[in-house]
Amino acid sequence: MKARYLIPLGVFLVIVGFLAVGLKLDPKKVPSPLIGKPAPHFELPTLYDPAEKISPEKLRGKVWLLNVFASWCVSCRAEHRVIGRFVQLGLAPVYGLNYKDAETDAKAWLAQLGNPYEAVIVDREGNTGIDWGVYGVPETFVIDKKGIIRDKIIGPVNDEIVRDRLVPLIRKLNEEQG
Amino acid sequence: MRAVVFALLLLPLLTWAAIEVHQFDDPEQEALYKELIAELRCLVCQNQNLADSNADLAKDLREKTYEMIKAGKNKDEIIDWMVNRYGDFVLYKPPVQSNTLLLWGGPFIIFLVGVVVLVRFIRRRPATDQHLLSDEERRKAEALLRGEDEEKA
Repeated sequence: MKARYLIPLGVFLVIVGFLAVGLKLDPKKVPSPLIGKPAPHFELPTLYDPAEKISPEKLRGKVWLLNVFASWCVSCRAEHRVIGRFVQLGLAPVYGLNYKDAETDAKAWLAQLGNPYEAVIVDREGNTGIDWGVYGVPETFVIDKKGIIRDKIIGPVNDEIVRDRLVPLIRKLNEEQG
Repeated sequence: MRAVVFALLLLPLLTWAAIEVHQFDDPEQEALYKELIAELRCLVCQNQNLADSNADLAKDLREKTYEMIKAGKNKDEIIDWMVNRYGDFVLYKPPVQSNTLLLWGGPFIIFLVGVVVLVRFIRRRPATDQHLLSDEERRKAEALLRGEDEEKA
C-alpha cells in the first residue's frame, strides 16, 4: 500500500476538522470593536422622568451594566427574569436602554414583567443603539469604573452566562481602582 | 368588471410608501451612496448588504449613510464610522490584516498547490513523440491514409 493512497484520507480529515470547528462557531456573534474602548457618549432622558438625563459620564466610578431591550423583542421577555435575578445579587446596577420603543408599550411591558432597572434610558430613534453597535436586541454591555466597555453579550442573557461570565467579571471589576 | 380590473391596476401604487426617496446634490454623491450600501453588510440578515436588506437596522444605516454623504463625508470617513461601531464584519470587502491573511491568501495558496501538482503530473507522463508505432504499423497506417486497402492490394 503506497502512502499516496492516504492523501485523499488526509484531505478528508482536514475538511472534517474545519467543518467541526465551523459547526461550533456562531455567525450571529459578531465581535464588538467597542470592547476595551470608552462607552460612546449619549445624554438621554429616562422613561419615568423625562427631565432626568443620564450619560455614561455621570455613571463614572462604578461598574454598571447596560441592557438593551424593547417591548417588541420576544427574547427580551425570557431574558427579563434573568436580569431580575442578577440585580438581586447586588453586584452592579443594571440600566435599561429602551431601544426604538413606544413609551406606552415600554411602560406596560415593565408594569407587567417588573422593572429591575436602576433607570430606564429612552433611545426612541435608535441613534444611541447605532453608536453602541447594537444590531440584535437584547444586548448587554458591562462598563467598568473608568467608563470602558469590558464585555458585551449579544442575545438573551441566561443563568449560565450570569454565573460563568458576568459574576466573575463584575467581581473582578469591582475590585479595580476607579 | 372593468371597474374591478381598474382597481386592481391601481393596487401596486400602495407599495409606494415603502420606497425610500433620496435627493442628492450631484451624481457623484448618488454613486457613492449606491457603492456604499452595496459594500456594507447588514448585521441582522448577514448574507445581505444594506441595499438589499429590509431589516429595520439596515434602513437606519442607509439613512445614516445618506445623511453623512449629504454632510460631505467621503467614503473612508463613512466606512470608518461603520467599522468603529460594528467592526470589520460590516465590510463585505475586509481589509488585509493578520487575521484575514488566510482569507486573502488562501486562493493563491490553492492555486500554487494546483500548479505544482499539475507540473509534476505532466512531467511524470512518458514522452510521446517516440516509438508509438512500430515500423510495420507505420507502413500500414500510411497505406490506409493513402486510401489503399491492404487486402485489396
